Amino acid sequence: MLSAYTDVVIFFLAGAGFVLLTLAIGRLLRPHNPYPEKLVPYECGEIPVGEGQVPYNIRYYIFALLFVVFDVEVVFLFPWAVVLRELGMYAYVLMVIFLVMLVDGLVYAWRKGVLRWV
Amino acid sequence: MNDLWISLVQSLILIVALLTVFAGMTLVERKLLGYFHLRVGPTRTGPWGLAQPIADAIKAFVKEDVIPAGADKFVFRLAPVISVFTALAVWSVIPVGPPVEIGGRVIPLQVADPAGGALVALAFTSLHIYGVSLAGWASQSKYSLLGAMRAAAQLISYELSMAMSILGVFMLAGSLRLADIVAAQSDVAFIWLQPVGFLIFFIAGVAEVARMPFDLPEAETELVAGYSTEYSGMRFAMFMMAEYLGMMSVSAMVTLLYLKGWHGPAFLPPVAWFLVKVAALLFVFIWLRATFVRVRYDRLMDFGWKVMLPLSFLNLVVTAAGVALWG
Repeated sequence: MLSAYTDVVIFFLAGAGFVLLTLAIGRLLRPHNPYPEKLVPYECGEIPVGEGQVPYNIRYYIFALLFVVFDVEVVFLFPWAVVLRELGMYAYVLMVIFLVMLVDGLVYAWRKGVLRWV
Repeated sequence: MNDLWISLVQSLILIVALLTVFAGMTLVERKLLGYFHLRVGPTRTGPWGLAQPIADAIKAFVKEDVIPAGADKFVFRLAPVISVFTALAVWSVIPVGPPVEIGGRVIPLQVADPAGGALVALAFTSLHIYGVSLAGWASQSKYSLLGAMRAAAQLISYELSMAMSILGVFMLAGSLRLADIVAAQSDVAFIWLQPVGFLIFFIAGVAEVARMPFDLPEAETELVAGYSTEYSGMRFAMFMMAEYLGMMSVSAMVTLLYLKGWHGPAFLPPVAWFLVKVAALLFVFIWLRATFVRVRYDRLMDFGWKVMLPLSFLNLVVTAAGVALWG
């Protein structure tokens, strides 16, 4: 059973073939001469202190959480948007109620200062 | 659905075409930036600097590939490949023109035409974030990690506005198939019905591919090169390739969703119209880079969550009311 998505896969495989071929050719052509000083992570010429994977701001995590909420909601909106014309006003009102609840979440986060970066 | 071999031939032609455009675009961008800055850009390699992309490609091939000592080698090698894969894969569903007839066979000018075409494109666009954040994480370098974290937060923030603004187009067209969306615009382009949606989509698109003024993930004046700091040679070139392919696919999406796709006055064939529109949008990308300064990170996040997101909500509700009332 072939579907249009099979074509996507074919394209994907063709792309994969191209990328791997490029890397393979590069491997044959390029020099390989590592020594310890060269393999040090770049820090403007200084010797790096500590690990590369430093602790980072917790705000990134909070934004990721907020993102998940809204992204899942958008998934519900896609099928609704496509058939809205047939469903008409009833579906519109229902979805507005759903949206109000979600916007409420955004307003709450906003008021709590979660969206403030500093 | 096509025959397998047609899809394969189409895929190969498309990939070669995309890479040719990518090579050409690196030169055009440097030339245009040069003229914007009252310089001349590359001139030494060939007439008008035309051989510059070839020189760049040779350099990418023969440069040593340095992998930092502490790096997670497997993920480090995987990340640029993911970036290029996803940037290429967006193009599998993008139609460049109406179907043509060659030798009694109707051949669509797109590799795949699934019912959820626009969703596939959107999905692959957002997968780009894996390449970026894995690259930053695996490099075991502070600059890379900071760049990757910024990229992750920025991309997810603007992806929301992007997805919300595109909903208006889906409502008006009543379909997710890109060819149907173009067909729905045969009378009036969606940019006139969705001006706010168009602006949000384009701004979010610029942020998604991390171009000026939203290029904080690689902000060269503060983070060296952000997530790609530790990359060299071909792998670095792959991140560049992903960025340019991303720019091209955002331009193509804007053309298809808002600018009537391949429709236009009859003196040019449809495919030419499509290419002209995409080229114009790519010029806008370069123009933005020459005009704007990089935004500050807190302003970037503020703009994304407090301006773009509420506006796209509003655009969604108003458009939906219009469609539900006057359908």
